[in-house]
Formats: sequence, structure tokens, C-alpha cells
Amino acid sequence: MAEPHPHAYRPDPDGVHPPLRHAAYRSNELRAPRQPLVIAPATLVELHGPVYGEGRVAAGDADLTRQHDGDPLGERIVVAGRVLDGDGRPLPNTLIEVWQANAAGRYSHAVDRHPAPLDPNFSGAGRCLTDAEGRYRFTTIKPGAYPWANGDNAWRPAHIHFSLFGRAFAHRLVTQMYFPGDPLLELDPIFNSVPDPAARRRLVSRFDLETTEPERALGYRFDIVLRSRAATPVED
Amino acid sequence: MPVSTPSQTIGPFFAVGLGGSSHGEIASRESADAVEIAGVVRDGAGQPVPDALVELSQAEGCARAATSPDGSFSFVTVKPAPVPGLDGVVQAPHIAVSVFARGLLSRLATRVYFPDEPEANAVDPLLGELDDSARLVARPTGDGLRFDINLQGERETVFLDV
Repeated sequence: MAEPHPHAYRPDPDGVHPPLRHAAYRSNELRAPRQPLVIAPATLVELHGPVYGEGRVAAGDADLTRQHDGDPLGERIVVAGRVLDGDGRPLPNTLIEVWQANAAGRYSHAVDRHPAPLDPNFSGAGRCLTDAEGRYRFTTIKPGAYPWANGDNAWRPAHIHFSLFGRAFAHRLVTQMYFPGDPLLELDPIFNSVPDPAARRRLVSRFDLETTEPERALGYRFDIVLRSRAATPVED
Repeated sequence: MPVSTPSQTIGPFFAVGLGGSSHGEIASRESADAVEIAGVVRDGAGQPVPDALVELSQAEGCARAATSPDGSFSFVTVKPAPVPGLDGVVQAPHIAVSVFARGLLSRLATRVYFPDEPEANAVDPLLGELDDSARLVARPTGDGLRFDINLQGERETVFLDV
């Protein structure tokens, strides 16, 4: 009896997720809990209850380049992939929300003081539901890198934030997608907070000619895997 | 088999994509059994955290709220029914809570229990394991319930491995 309550979802292997405390990320210092997490006995509501997202997606929400009268500045891209569980099964009809900086590395947010231009034709937010095969597809602008207050000359690599609900409370995931070949990746304490190098690489999208739209947009693939159900006597 | 995608911080600008309202509703204020749950997210220095996202999840629905500059958030919901665990053991009425913020690399999970359920709380399998189970029970105030979230410090909230 190692654990008083078995997990409803398989725990992820060590090194897949960042530790609670990661000294190289300065704002973690006063915010990360100091006490060990307590294993909680899952409920049927956590497995089968409602998840956020139903009715929150409108047509066009997945195209971040057509939310204003004009075209946003920057390199138009397509970001597409699948959402799967750890057994390789697609997760259909699950909400994905994304947000990002514009091509100049500036967020459309009052707190962002980076002296780079705002783009009146780019808000930087999108959402969609995965289809029956777990697929999603966003059209957007490649975000710019930007400096941040984490020490001298600290810059975030270009990234797109992803938020997913999956099917159950244990699925909830907020992460960031990066771009291949970015020289800032090896310097970034947030990216490098993931201990396992193979897990870290899964946060980097892959350039994909098949996803690329001729004469229009480069394509990047980013598949997302959420946890799998542990073996339990409770059936769906 | 594929392995899970790693978590990364929500960062300071999530309101761009997820909305910035500091109030979330699972039930309407007009419903007969509506209850307001309000609180403040604080860091290890006792300072309010103005860029956290708090989410509630229960059988009746889900809602989220981004903290205000003073760290505060509020929800209107209803008290859920007791719910069975996977082992069949009934758990006291509670709401599952997720907390995200700049500085947190992963989602933090916790629960809010209800102060008017002393008998159910006394036999709840999770509360029974805690040295100070009162930390997960909301406090009654004049017009609702109070549930502060302390990321660190002497009154650190009990965070859960789910």
C-alpha cells in the first residue's frame, strides 16, 4: 500500500512536468508551494462531470488573422495537430484556447510594457474544439520573441500558449508551444524547467510541408497528449 | 505509447486568451440556493497575487475568474451533493479548484469544502488525512463564504496530487 488513494489517471513519469520549485525562474520563488502535494481520492464527478468549453466556440475563432478589418503584420502560419490520450486515443470535441504575442513580441494586454508596436489588426487569441479524430487547426501569425524580467538580458523564445480541458479534471493542461531551431530555447528557464530532454522536445513544434498552405502560410505540427485512465473497476 | 505533454506556466498575459473577469458564475445569483465564494490569492510574502486564474469544477458546471489587482476573486455557485469516490466511499460536498499563475509551472489543485456540513466533513476520506482539515473548509462570512488561497507560508493551502 504505497498510496492511500489510487489515481484515477495514470501518474506521468518523473521528469515530464516541471517540479513545483525551479530556482532559475525567479517569480517561482515566492509562489511555489513548499509542502508536498497530498494525494486526493478522485470522485466520479472529476471523471465524468462537466468540463469547461461547451458552447464557447464560434465559427472563425480558430483564425487569428481575420478578427479585424485588415491583415495583421508578420509571417502567417498554420498550427495544427491532434489531441490524444496516453493510450494514443484521440480526444474529440475538447476545447483548445490559445493566446500569443504579435509578430513584434508584444501582447495586446495592459500589463505588457515591452516597447514594441501593437498591431491594431491582431488580438492574439483563438479557440476551437477538436474534431472527431482529435484534430485541431489554427491560422495565426508567428509570434515574436520578447524580453522579460528574469535577470540580465533574458528573452522568451517565440511561443504560443495553449489551454486544454480534455475530458476530466485530471486532464487540465496549460502549456506553451515553441518553434524549431529557436536559439533562445536553450537559455529559457521556463522551457528548461522540464527535466526530461525528450519531454522538453515535445513542446517544440515541427515544421511540416503537408500542413503548409501553398502561397499562403507555413505549417507547424504540434500534437498534445493528455493523461490516460488508470485501470479501475469503474466503467464508463 | 505517447507520453503526456509537459505543463508550462500560464504567464502574466493569459487574460488575452482566457478573459480577465474576476467573477465567475456556475449558478445565477437569483437562484434560491446560490452561494458566493470569494477569496484572495496570496504569495509567500503575504502579498496579493494579481495575475492568478482560479477555476471551480463541480457536477453543476465550471467557471473561472482571474484575480483583480488586489488578488481577489469571486464565484456564485450552489453547494453540490455528496459524491462517491472511485472506491465507492462517499465524500463530503466539495468543489474541485484549479489555480494557475505566473511563477507556477503547473496547475495547482485543491478543494473547497462547506462549513455547514460538519458530519459529512468529519468522515470525508481526504479531510480525515489532513493535520489541519479546516484549511480546506470555507469560512462563513456575512453574505457568503470565504476561501483564501495561500500559495506559500504558514497558512499554505493544502494542494493536491490529482
